[in-house]
Amino acid sequence: MTSKVHKNRRRFLQQAALGSVLATGAMSLPIVSRSESSEFPDSLPEWMREPGGDFSNYGQPSTHEQQVIRWISANPDAPGNGVSWTPLHDLQGTITPNGLHYERHHNGVPKIDPNKHILLIDGLVEQPLQFSVESLMRYPMESRICFIECGGNSNSGWRSTPIQAKAGYAHGLVSNTEWTGVPVKLLLEEAGIKKQALWVIAEGADAAGLNISIPLEKLLDDALLALYQNGERIRPENGYPMRLVLPGWEGVLNVKWLRQLRLVEEPIMSRDETAQYTELQTDGSARQFTFINEAKSLITSPSLGMMLPDSPGIYQISGLAWSGRGKISRVEISTDGGESWTDAELHGPILDKAFTRFSLAWHWQGEYAVLQSRATDETGYVQPTREALVSQRGRYGFFHYNAIVSWEITEEGDINHVYGL
Amino acid sequence: MSMAYKLLLLILLFSSYAMANPVYQKLGIPADEISQQAQWNISIPPSGKGLPQGQGSAQKGAEIFAMQCAACHGPQAIGGSAEPLMGEVGSLGGEYPEKTVASYWPYATTLFDYIRRAMPINAPFSLTADEVYSLSAYLLSQDGIIPANSTLNQDSLPKVIMPNRDGFIPVYPIP
Ligand code: HEC
Repeated sequence: MTSKVHKNRRRFLQQAALGSVLATGAMSLPIVSRSESSEFPDSLPEWMREPGGDFSNYGQPSTHEQQVIRWISANPDAPGNGVSWTPLHDLQGTITPNGLHYERHHNGVPKIDPNKHILLIDGLVEQPLQFSVESLMRYPMESRICFIECGGNSNSGWRSTPIQAKAGYAHGLVSNTEWTGVPVKLLLEEAGIKKQALWVIAEGADAAGLNISIPLEKLLDDALLALYQNGERIRPENGYPMRLVLPGWEGVLNVKWLRQLRLVEEPIMSRDETAQYTELQTDGSARQFTFINEAKSLITSPSLGMMLPDSPGIYQISGLAWSGRGKISRVEISTDGGESWTDAELHGPILDKAFTRFSLAWHWQGEYAVLQSRATDETGYVQPTREALVSQRGRYGFFHYNAIVSWEITEEGDINHVYGL
Repeated sequence: MSMAYKLLLLILLFSSYAMANPVYQKLGIPADEISQQAQWNISIPPSGKGLPQGQGSAQKGAEIFAMQCAACHGPQAIGGSAEPLMGEVGSLGGEYPEKTVASYWPYATTLFDYIRRAMPINAPFSLTADEVYSLSAYLLSQDGIIPANSTLNQDSLPKVIMPNRDGFIPVYPIP
């Protein structure tokens, strides 16, 4: 043990000496450059015959993966208003890399100085309290892997013709992350909850000042005041320095850049719980407070934008399933547009209100095929067909589209988006 | 309930919550004062509680709208690069439903709350209370929800009855 320490210490001293020599520019030992008479001129790739690149303070994906990006759709007159989709079709596993988490901003990403940001908890509490970011970092934290899905995800599905967009660019307003932070319950209890309190108005510190009502019950159940996203501090576009995470509940309620929680008796009836994020039905009435993202699944590969190169050939059908009501219990796959179904393999760990990866090997004989996946969650809820969803909700609901997605495989191996057989 | 069963329940209760009794220092600072400040009281409920003093006329609102809103919402507020705000009252149950402030929004207080905090989108929180009352009066008078040339203030705004006031069916609490 002692000798190991000594050896390391000696190496450190040598390196330190070398460093100081380099710094003064006076090299005493020559550095030999490559001789041409190598035994392996071209038979080994160049990256084995030259030292690699430098260290980096913050690593980036390979330059060969530059096409793996969020797809942005914003309002040209208001560039901070829009969305960017997670490229689900380019990803594997279940965790969404932080730089690829979907975005929905109402008026851009605020540049918040954490030293000037506070969280205020007030309204129907015994004692209004304010918390600095620094003080919240000292609270006991919990981690939770869960998805967050925008209520408007997949809304092109309501249109009468199927949109020809890649899987993630039509259904990628959903991402799955390990969030770490302080249980909201601890903070609310510290302020002391008054009996009359039933709802909480959450407000963000962005240029939309987004405000929305959340049932107190949910905040006392499993809500997190998240400070970390996949181990690092939350990215600005995901709410830095802090956001709400309400597992299984639609994105807009997971208020980013959170500045205030006000306990009240009744919902505030803000724009984003009346004009938006409500679902108009055929009779003219609208569903309101539809918080839960129901079970959904999506085949990410093969999917639109890809090709099946070998006919016949074996392909790994792979995709994601999730439910805001709990765990995914089953995913079935059809290759004939829903005529027959086979159980897919679910890859563990199967977590509550989180992405579950599924897969199934498929022997394609070169025939016309329509690939579908159908998720069932632990409550027994089964993902609906598009037909069933539309007949139940009409075509103008806009939000909470969770119908089965169909990929048509032509005999040439091309892939299109269709609405079933 | 037997004593043993009660005990079992108690043990289960404690063992199933990892953070049943977390040990930590409470670091919240009393905030009675800032809780009263205007910048922490910008959400307006249907009752109108918290509306600032002030007033504005539809006529004044039309002028402000032309200058500050029409570029994105269209000259008659019937839509541009941003949502239509007016028209289409009564269309919701029809073949071509259009959701506008006039046809869809259940409360006029929401309009005040939203314009004040979010519009114009390139300059949020830049309008005075009088300007927001004026814009609200202009928009609501366009479809006859309030008489033309009306004035709105903190007392009259919450009394406006929107056409789709009863159009929403709460899905929460979930059965
Ligand atoms: C630069 C463009 C722009 C200007 C100027 C602008 N708006 Fe907007 N407005 C938008 C956009 C974009 C949205 C949608 C915001 C969102 O999706 O969160 C919007 C949304 C709205 C809404 C909500 C519509 C709905 O149905 O949800 C209202 C009301 C509104 N604006 C009123 C105004 C008023 C009043 C003004 C002038 C004071 C104004 N806007 C100026 C771009 C603009």
